[in-house]
This record gives sequence, C-alpha cells and structure tokens, in this order.
Amino acid sequence: MTVATRIWAVHLAVLALLLAGGFLLPAYHQTNVAKVMVLATYAMGYNIAFGYTGLLSLGHALFFGAGLYGAGMLVQHAGVGAGPAALAGIVAGGLAAAVVGLLALRTQGVAFMIVTLMFAQAGYLTILYNTAWTRGDEGIVIAREARVLMGFDLSADLPRYFVGLGLFAAGLVLKLWLVRSPTGRVMVALRENEERSRMLGYDPYARKLAALVISGLYAGAAGAAYGLLFGYVGASLASTQYSILPLLWVLLGGAGTVLGPLVGALLMFYLIDYSSAFTTASLLVVGAALVLLVLFAPKGILGTLRDRWLKWLP
Amino acid sequence: MAAVTLLEARGLTRHFGGLKAVDGVDFDLAEGEIHALIGPNGAGKTTFVSLLCGRVPVQAGTIRFAGADITRLPAHKRVGRGIAYTFQITQIFANLTVFDNVALAVQRRGGPLDADTRAALERVGLADRADQIAGTLSYGHQRVLEIAMGLALKPRLLILDEPTQGLANAEIDTFKALVRQVVPETTVLLIEHNMDVVMDLAERITVLNFGEVLATGTPAAIRANPAVQAAYLGG
Amino acid sequence: MSFGPFLLLALMEGMVTSAVLALAAVGLSLVFGIMRVVNVAHGEFFMLGAVSAWFVSQWVPGPPAVAFVAALILCPLFVAAIAALADMVVLKRLNYQPEATIVATIGLLYILQQAALSFYGPDARPVPAPFNFRVQLPWFGYSGYKIAVVAASALVLLGVWRLLAKSRVGLIMRATQYDRETARAFGINVDRVYAGVFALGGGLAALAAVLIVPIQQAHYLMGTDPLLLSFIVVIIGGLGSLRGTVIAALLIGLSDGVISTFFAPTLAKIVATLLVALVLVFRPQGLFGRRAL
Repeated sequence: MTVATRIWAVHLAVLALLLAGGFLLPAYHQTNVAKVMVLATYAMGYNIAFGYTGLLSLGHALFFGAGLYGAGMLVQHAGVGAGPAALAGIVAGGLAAAVVGLLALRTQGVAFMIVTLMFAQAGYLTILYNTAWTRGDEGIVIAREARVLMGFDLSADLPRYFVGLGLFAAGLVLKLWLVRSPTGRVMVALRENEERSRMLGYDPYARKLAALVISGLYAGAAGAAYGLLFGYVGASLASTQYSILPLLWVLLGGAGTVLGPLVGALLMFYLIDYSSAFTTASLLVVGAALVLLVLFAPKGILGTLRDRWLKWLP
Repeated sequence: MAAVTLLEARGLTRHFGGLKAVDGVDFDLAEGEIHALIGPNGAGKTTFVSLLCGRVPVQAGTIRFAGADITRLPAHKRVGRGIAYTFQITQIFANLTVFDNVALAVQRRGGPLDADTRAALERVGLADRADQIAGTLSYGHQRVLEIAMGLALKPRLLILDEPTQGLANAEIDTFKALVRQVVPETTVLLIEHNMDVVMDLAERITVLNFGEVLATGTPAAIRANPAVQAAYLGG
Repeated sequence: MSFGPFLLLALMEGMVTSAVLALAAVGLSLVFGIMRVVNVAHGEFFMLGAVSAWFVSQWVPGPPAVAFVAALILCPLFVAAIAALADMVVLKRLNYQPEATIVATIGLLYILQQAALSFYGPDARPVPAPFNFRVQLPWFGYSGYKIAVVAASALVLLGVWRLLAKSRVGLIMRATQYDRETARAFGINVDRVYAGVFALGGGLAALAAVLIVPIQQAHYLMGTDPLLLSFIVVIIGGLGSLRGTVIAALLIGLSDGVISTFFAPTLAKIVATLLVALVLVFRPQGLFGRRAL
C-alpha cells in the first residue's frame, strides 16, 4: 500500500465510521456528534491558519460569527432559504477573514494575536450594540419552518446529522487535498521559516492572507451550519471564548494534523459533557486543559502519535 | 571577453543608525561569471548582497538586473526574476523532509515536481536521504541542502553567503565542482572567507572595506593590490 | 443641569476610571516590559482582588473602614501570591515562550474565573466604602471616596515609579529587562525577579480592584473590561513605558467617562477596540512610546 493510499484509506474510514454513527447512535449522542462535526469543521479551518500556516489567531470567533449571523439574519429578517443563506454565511466568513487579514497580517506573533482578538471583540460588541437586528445577548431563535434544506427538516435528528456529516466530510477531503498539495507545502514552509520561504520566492503576506481566507471560509461555513442546524444565533457564539475553543480543540487533537480537530473537538465535548454530570465547573476543564496541553503535550494527541509512530500521518 | 552585464548597482547605500554598512557602492556582474566578494569582518558584505536580493531595503542608489530596474522590487519577486540567495547561517526547513525542502524551490518555478526534485537531489548527492528530516542531517549535508535549494530555483544569479563555512576539505571540493558545473547558465556571486576557494573559483573579485569598494579585478590583480594588502594585513 | 457642570461631572467620573485603570495597566505593562509576557489573565487578578475584598469585608468585624484597610493590604498580597505561584508552576516551565504563555494565561483566566464562580458565586456583591462624605460643589455633590481613590492611585503610582527608577530592586528589574542572560551572569536570581514582577503586576491589578469595589460591585466576570482597557492603555501608551501608560490611562479614562456619559458605552468600546487594533497595525510603538511588540 503506498503512503497516499494509506492516508486516504484512514481518512475515508473515519468518514465511514461517522456515517455508520448516523444509523447506530442513540438520539442523544446523534445530536452531540452532529454538533461536534460542525465544530470540528470550524476547528479544521482554524487548524489551516494556526496548525499549518503558523498564524495564531485569537479572533476566529469573528469569522464563525460572520457565518452564523450572515446566514441567520438572512433567514430571519429576509426570509431567504436555508441553502442560499448558508452560502452567504460562507462568503461572510471569508470576507471577514480577508478584511481582518489585510490589516492584521501587517503584524506578527504577539501583536497579531492581540490585533485579531481586538477585531473579534469589536465584532462581538457590534452584535450586542445592534439589538434591533441581532437581539443582542438574547440572540435569534430561528423558526423550525425556516430550517428546511432541499425538503429536509434540519431540526430533525437524522437530516441534521447527515448535513453535519456532509459539511465535515467536504471540509476534511478539501483540507486533506490542500495540505498535501504544493500550496499546503508552502503554508507549512511559512510556519517553519518565513524568511526562508520569502527567499524561495513566495510572498508571505499574500500566502498568509490566502490561508486566513480559506480558514475564514471554513469558519463561516461552520457558523452558518450551526445556526441553521441548531436554530440558535446568539452573541455568546461570537464571544472571545469561541476564538479560544478552536485553539483548544486543535491543540488537544494535534496542530497541523488533518484529523486532530475532530479528535480534539470530540474529546473536549464529551469531557465537558461527562464532567457536567458531577460538577458545573466547565470553565475549569477548559482552562486546565489549555494549561496542561501547553505544559506537557504541546503537540497534542495526533501530533505525538505522528512523532512516535505514524510518520506518514498528514 | 565582451561580457553582457547581468546586474548593475549604482551608488548603493544602506546605513544603520550611524553605521555606514554600505556606502555608495558601484558594482557590476557579468553574465556567466563567478564573482567573489571579500573583505574583513564587518565590511558590509552580507548587507550588500542583502540589498541585491531585497532582504534589506535600499536607502539610496539603484539596482538593475537583466536590464530592468529592481531597486524597489520586493525580495520574493526578485526570486521570480532569477535571483537566488543562500543564507550564511543555514536556513533550511529543519522539520520538513529533505525532499520537501528542495520541492519548495522546484515548485516555485513550475515543471514536473517529483522528477525535478529527485534530479536536484541527485545532483548534490542527497538523493538517498530524500525522506530524512532535514534537521537531522549532518552540518555539512545541511549546507549542501541549502545550496541545493538555491540551485533548484534554476536562478540566473545565485548568491552564496559563506557557503564553505564549517565544511570539511572533501566537502569543499565537492562544492567547488558543483559551482563550476552551474556556470555559465547561472552567474555566481559568493561571499567567502576561505582564500583558497576564492582564488580557485573566482574569475573576478571585489573587495569591500567599511562599506565601500576597495578594489575590483582578477584574482592576480587583487593579490597584487597594495590597498587590499593594507586592509587585510596592516589594517 | 446645564452642559458645563454635566461635562465636569463626566470628567470627574473619567478621572476615577483613569486612576484605577492606570494602576491595572501599569501592572500589565511591567509584566510585558520586563518579562515579555502578555498576561491575558491580568483582568482575573483584578477580579480576584475585588472578590477577595468582599470576603475580607465579611470576615473582619468592626467599622467598614477597618475591613477596607485590611482588604487594601491583604488582597493585593493574596493575589500577588497566586501570581507568583502561576509564574513558578506554569510560565517558568514554558521558558516564557511568547505564544505558549498567552495560551497558558488564557487557561489561567478560565481557571480563576471558575474558581471565583465556585467559591464566590454568580452574584454581584457590594463592599462598603470606608467612609461616606460628599464634597458639595456649586452644581452637585460628589463622593469624597471617589476623590480619595484618585489620590490613593496617584500615590501608589508615585511609589511604583520610585521603586523602578530609584531603588536597587528597580535597578535589578531593569537589568533583567535589558538582558536576561547577562543579568544571570552578574548573579541576579532571574527566576526570583520574574516571579516578583509577575506578583507585583497581579498585586497592582488587585489593588486597583480593591479601590474600585466600593463603587462598582464585585462579580466573577468583572475582569474582562479592565483587561481590555488595560490592553488599550498599554498599547496606546507604548508597552513598558510607565509615563506613556499613565498618560494613555488618563486619555482613555477621561474619554471613556465623557463618551459613556453622552453616548452608548458599547459604542465607545467598539470605537476604542478598533482604535487599538489599528494603532497596533500602523503604529506598533504606541502613540507615545517606543516599539514594543
């Protein structure tokens, strides 16, 4: 088996498992996994910027929020169908990333982190400020009748699961193709040594901007899907915490690995879900996980696996 | 030899605060030559080539390359025009494979990626290490990889910043053979401290001192130049 | 009330904000200036100061003034100890690598928030002011305590400045800031300096919070705004510059007071956040200082 076949086999097997889950999982877990797949898509986008290109953004909630509100407000206020609204959400995520990137990518490292954080904070406050459109803190609950895609009721368990899976699968395949392409190689080169990449003839600014926009498209798609599948569009989903969570999932699963975001999101989701049975201290779980990861496992689960045994893992 | 001028710098200047790192340098490179840049430590050699390849912005003066003004062109676009630079301190992608390091250079100019990368590795004798992580190579091999990346760009001008630093004698011989192989398709400008390498390879030599050109000429002329002797010996 | 006195009131409110903000921001600035650490948990040190002040006000019997003085001493020390611990257990082990420390302090932020939520609860609770008298101006009466806050803050800032500029401790700090390795070679215990600076930064944030808590109630989420404002102040003032920080705190505090009086506070925050992002992009040295990030 060549490396390429092995790589595709592993990733398609994961998708097959998730597909089987749609038929085998009990309703409660079906909803959870559907949510995890949408959030993992968001995290995959984050990983393209952070894990592969080395752009540690603290402002991705803005892109997620752009997708969420872009789609949600169109459905709610303009009566647009779920399909076009989702497309608009994707575009909104990419646009937000382009605008932020054009400015923020003039900075590097810590300044980049703070600038992205500030832009996202400004976006979050804007949502709170325009209560007439966004209903502020309370958020918009999208009516069930509006959440219909090609005849399927997105609020029902099964269609929701499969739309989530479809989104995730598309994101996964695209990402796998991207990171194994020459473009992906340049992204990694920028992460590893920007000056060297520049002297090989690559424009760091343009390449990083492209990576950030792709990342924003993922975030926008996930945001739009989240709003349409779960029917809630709220400011808390665009708050700083939603910039930190994808970072956490990616760190946990393994930055710069294709499947890491899924592993991280799945584990973290169930860790919080499980721990909430005997403690309400969910923030503690997030905080402790962040600290422990940077201290003891900066490469995350799949990153460590790759270092030790699975050298071929993309 | 009625040489065609590939690169032409006029009045090139770069000061860092009060330090005149490069101060009004005129410099010509003939197409296809091997040109060495020498001078005492701190003479401004690295700053000068950094101006040529665009890593450091020019404060005054002009650079023309292959007939076009590139003074304000950003570094990555100069690479596209055919100027390649290899770093003084090895700057490979330490966490990527040897193959990926060279492939990054090959894919910049297009062409069959896999075949060209293998060929480029073959040429420098790293083919059997293609899948090794570059950071685990020996120091000598890392220097060779650095040069291989420059060569894989198939540049018109290859700038080598102290390429033989830290290499063993056998490795230096391989390096010299490699450089002779690439001319005249590629013009070579090298900064070098090892005088044996300079005298052996270079067709012309430029001596920099305190940011200014002290002398330019053939190796024999440079050797005989009293000003150069004073700078090097008498200080 | 006519416009003039109204503006005066807004400016006086702005002075109080400025005073407290300057203390918190100087803490953040010191930590960044000397340790090169961007402490995202700084707002939580502020929050811990306020919350612990409430606990002290509950435990210490007698008149509010006694409890308040106790809080003024104990809470900054308590928070400084937590900060020093965080430095030794986490930041030091990360070798102060910038991006890793930011992620770690984000983690710390959540841990501290959760701790406050678990031990203190979700309610906002007031702490009684040590004294209550009003200064009667021709147009309105003004809280004497608020004026005292401004004075106290100015005193503390003066103390910090003396500590940095005139004392041996300050010299050691500046030496460490200048070059960590050389400082080590000269026998300076860099680890202790770092723990000390982080503790000082946390302590200043806590002190600011104790001063403000009689005016603004203690709540487990109250750290977000001071963090954001401190960031804004430190970035506009130029990181690591004490004078720049104080000037920027005055500027931000006063304009925040005025803008929040006349416009919606959220809009003021949006403008301020965007402003700071743009300053970082186009003038990373800050409006008054030298390049820092």
